[in-house]
Amino acid sequence: MFQLDEEQRLILQSVREIVQKEIKPQVATLEETGEFSWDVLRILASNDVLNPLLPRQYGGVEVSIFTFCMIVEEIARACASSALLLITQAEGTLSIVLGADESLKERYLKRLAGDSQVLIGVSVIEPNADSDILSAPAKAERCGDHFLLHGNKCFVKNGSVADFLVLYANVDRSEESHGIHTFLVEKGIPGLVNKRDEDRMGMRGSIYSEFDLDHLVVPSENLIDQKGGGFSNSLKTLSASRLFTAAQAVGLAQGAMEEAISYARRRAQFGKSISHYAPIQFMIAEMATGIESARLLTYQTAFLFDRGEWKKAETHAAMAKLIASDTAMKVTTDAVQIMGGYGYMKDYPVERMMRDAKLTQIFTGTNQIIKSIIGRNLTGMS
Amino acid sequence: MFDQTGFLPTKKLRDFQNKIQQMAREKIAPQALGVDEKEFFNREVESLLWDHGLLTLTFPERYGGYGKGRTVALCLAVEEIAKVCASSSLLLIIQAVGSFPIIHGGSKRLKQNYLPQMSKGRKLVAYLVTEPTAGSDIASIQTTAVREGKEYLLNGSKCFATSGGVAGIYSVLAKTSEGNGNSSFFLVDRESPGLSIGRTESKLGQRGSNTTEVFLENVRVPAENLLGREGEGFLMAMRDFDMSRPAIAAQALGIAEGAFEAILQFIKERHTFGKSIGDHPAIQTLIADSATLIEASRGLAYRAALLNDEGKNNTKFASMAKSFAGDAAMKITTDAIDAIQVLSGYGFLKDSQVERMFRDAKLTQIFEGTNQIQRLVITRQILKESM
Ligand SMILES: Cc1cc2nc3c(=O)[nH]c(=O)nc-3n(C[C@H](O)[C@H](O)[C@H](O)COP(=O)(O)OP(=O)(O)OC[C@H]3O[C@@H](n4cnc5c(N)ncnc54)[C@H](O)[C@@H]3O)c2cc1C
Repeated sequence: MFQLDEEQRLILQSVREIVQKEIKPQVATLEETGEFSWDVLRILASNDVLNPLLPRQYGGVEVSIFTFCMIVEEIARACASSALLLITQAEGTLSIVLGADESLKERYLKRLAGDSQVLIGVSVIEPNADSDILSAPAKAERCGDHFLLHGNKCFVKNGSVADFLVLYANVDRSEESHGIHTFLVEKGIPGLVNKRDEDRMGMRGSIYSEFDLDHLVVPSENLIDQKGGGFSNSLKTLSASRLFTAAQAVGLAQGAMEEAISYARRRAQFGKSISHYAPIQFMIAEMATGIESARLLTYQTAFLFDRGEWKKAETHAAMAKLIASDTAMKVTTDAVQIMGGYGYMKDYPVERMMRDAKLTQIFTGTNQIIKSIIGRNLTGMS
Repeated sequence: MFDQTGFLPTKKLRDFQNKIQQMAREKIAPQALGVDEKEFFNREVESLLWDHGLLTLTFPERYGGYGKGRTVALCLAVEEIAKVCASSSLLLIIQAVGSFPIIHGGSKRLKQNYLPQMSKGRKLVAYLVTEPTAGSDIASIQTTAVREGKEYLLNGSKCFATSGGVAGIYSVLAKTSEGNGNSSFFLVDRESPGLSIGRTESKLGQRGSNTTEVFLENVRVPAENLLGREGEGFLMAMRDFDMSRPAIAAQALGIAEGAFEAILQFIKERHTFGKSIGDHPAIQTLIADSATLIEASRGLAYRAALLNDEGKNNTKFASMAKSFAGDAAMKITTDAIDAIQVLSGYGFLKDSQVERMFRDAKLTQIFEGTNQIQRLVITRQILKESM
């Protein structure tokens, strides 16, 4: 079913080489300093891997969502933070592709072409546990030919390092039923106050910044979805990023399993390689089974996106993110377990993977909320 | 929150628990985040634990011990402290584990010499069993102790020693002959020539505990530092586990309760209790399941501890308690992060103590026998009972 074509094979092969040769050796340092790696950005950009989804007409490679998922997976196998960088770029790109008019696309998408290192920051929108509403911590008010944005504690992925931001803000509910608008905002304009970058438990090589919006003036033409449809486009982008999180989780789990298997082969206790012992074999069997299931659902979902079956894709993306992130959590926790005391030490990569995996359960809606969404979509009940 | 009276047979124990709870909340809790972040051993907390007699709980009474009910007392203290800082509670556990071979194997003279040094002189003790190639398989240690006249000569490398770099005294497991039943514990002074501390490990969790390598190179100890008889080391380690595994279970229980309290705290701060749970159907199962796991862990942990205090065989319950409570703590802390996220939105990941508790909890599945080994022990015990 998932036969790769020649182009996909070549892309993945080159991604694998770049990741193994150039990114993997840096992961430990990235992790320790908790700082953004400009070098990883340079490596990804110069190899044309930073914005694989960018449409051809704006100078991109425009791979399918399926191919993109496999790229994310391949990178996350070694470094979830670097995979997150691609995911954030893709989210920002998709918001523009789906909703912006031609002139905005020209202005912003072109900046991402070729070996560009331009970074998009994307603000976080939260799905609500018990309704269809998406909520953003920022509020937008229309004032003549511009919007005024307010809000505290707006978290923005890639925030402090980005060149421009995709910001979600709630508008007065009476104006539009679901009330969510998406804006393109240049960095460095007054009113956009970068409070701090969050010190996080996992994916420490990625940036997650807290902004306060203080009378931030955004010209009306920078509103994406001028003709409405803001809510459904945000929902599509959010669904896509759930899918990407699933791909990232699958890669992360795969990487952790590989570490665990190779360790189990090397480690002997009670006169035998521990890989002989049933509990170790069971853990590995469950890892592999979980990963394969999660991977298949992820790929299946990617196809739905590629075919434009949005409605179905939305529920599937939630399911893929649920199973993939739960699998990643279980696999990484068991990988630490297989490596015993060594697994608990910073010298080995699995403790980092375990912390990273926890974030995949949280990103794009915690799994509790994801379950509410799946349940709601399937039962039709809110 | 949880009713513990069923597990606390005496008023003395209840008072003891209340006192520690207050101390932990007032004095240890405020240190927990910093200790984790900077990954250092906090001497202030250590002093506090000495002041409260918590580092000598399992000693004979005249050296500061708790007396009757000591395993339950140890578990209570560990649980209360683990609710706010698992690293600090680990210090109690390892002190009890490390001094076990001395208390139960040391000659009268040795004890008269060392126990006051430890209790009055406030010396920490580390437990040197694990080696780079001998973890679960304790019997495969390579460290040797060779009798030479009135001394033993010790050689070997130990790793993952909790308190390794801060202890004054070491209980060291070494091989005293070839073949089975060949290992023995020795008391070794920090100052002994030939003993050196290797590197300090950086860890996922319980980062306020000090974990190091310890090397023994031609270390000479007097023959009377042999703890128990030659060849009794393995047996002694197993008996030590009967005390330490309930304590690890209590630690896991405390971590889980800490995470659970954090969720309730969030709910209380944000909403009136009844309403908020209804607001978040996603949280309901999580609260109910966590509370159930916590009570089940408590039942097992204190049953195992009580049996030990009553002098009855508790090996099966100790292993059940350790593995069940460890798995439960891992699940509860993992879920608790989601709960906090659901309730509070982004930006609380690192600030909330729950994130640390999640990392701390993982250790309880690994040390003092991994949870895989616990299952072997449980099965072996059950088969033995049914023969
Ligand atoms: C923070 C920390 C503090 C510690 N403190 C101390 C201390 O103070 N003193 C001390 O002596 N040690 C200490 N330890 C060591 C700890 O007790 C060991 O890590 C533990 O016993 C496991 O040994 P190992 O790490 O070598 O894992 P291994 O024994 O190598 O186990 C690796 C994996 O194989 C599995 N396995 C092994 N054998 C079997 C089998 N027969 N059947 C099924 N599965 C099996 C294990 O469950 C595990 O999943 C500490 C460890 C840590 C992480």
